[in-house]
Amino acid sequence: MLGTYLPILLVVLIAIIFGLVALTFSSLIGPKKKTALKLSPYESGCAPVGTARERFSIKFYLIAMLFILFDIEAVFLYPWAILYKKLGVFGLVEMGVFVVILFVGYIYVWKKGALEWE
Amino acid sequence: METLFFAIITLVAIVSAILVISCKNPINSALALVMTFFCLATYYVMLDAPFMAAIQVMVYAGAIMVLIVFTIMLLNIRVDATKKHSHKILLGSIIGFFTLINTVYILMKSHAAAPTGPFTGDMIKQIGHTELIGQEMFTKFLLPFEITSILLLVAIVGAVILAKKKL
Repeated sequence: MLGTYLPILLVVLIAIIFGLVALTFSSLIGPKKKTALKLSPYESGCAPVGTARERFSIKFYLIAMLFILFDIEAVFLYPWAILYKKLGVFGLVEMGVFVVILFVGYIYVWKKGALEWE
Repeated sequence: METLFFAIITLVAIVSAILVISCKNPINSALALVMTFFCLATYYVMLDAPFMAAIQVMVYAGAIMVLIVFTIMLLNIRVDATKKHSHKILLGSIIGFFTLINTVYILMKSHAAAPTGPFTGDMIKQIGHTELIGQEMFTKFLLPFEITSILLLVAIVGAVILAKKKL
């Protein structure tokens, strides 16, 4: 049973080895001249102001929340896509109702300007 | 081979689950939780449920994790805001230990097996796991499936109302 997943296991192993090798060699070969400026946290080239552990704007949260909800909608499409031919028109109507209800939500989000960055 | 694989995954799952509750930094806990979710996804693969495994990674390790990290960011938990309660740890450990002994005892003692349902392992392998889920969901559980869309709609409206400054 696990034999069919061997390629995935190999990919995971290669990814781990690649990451470890890259980190190890860059720390072994790379020059280490520690100055205060080099050791300061990188903030897009600006001088760091305060700690990174600040409270974030709720705008990010809203986008994340909407992403998750439509992500879950997309999850339901996978088994439907596999059974598409078997279910026929019935399945099409069924999924149509599902998607239309969520499309109402999408229009609501759009009209309320929740996708705008203000 | 499979038992060994299971043992390794279980070890990683337990260690990462302990890390979730023992890390000082909540972001580190969140990352450990991602590891636990990946181990659970591996269990689904071992149970011949690859679709569930994919969903576990996509929805839990991906999307739900984003929510947890955002909650941590919104709450602004300081790293050293935690206090040590040693007597509570002791009490919890004792209760947990006895619960474990009790569970193992009951599991060892009973030989009862649940009746075999219509979906056996061979049938799942033959027809396909995703197809079986879909078949049940789109015929037998048609109403709950459609109600799910209403639930998601409510969640969308709720998120916008709670998080939007100007409606």
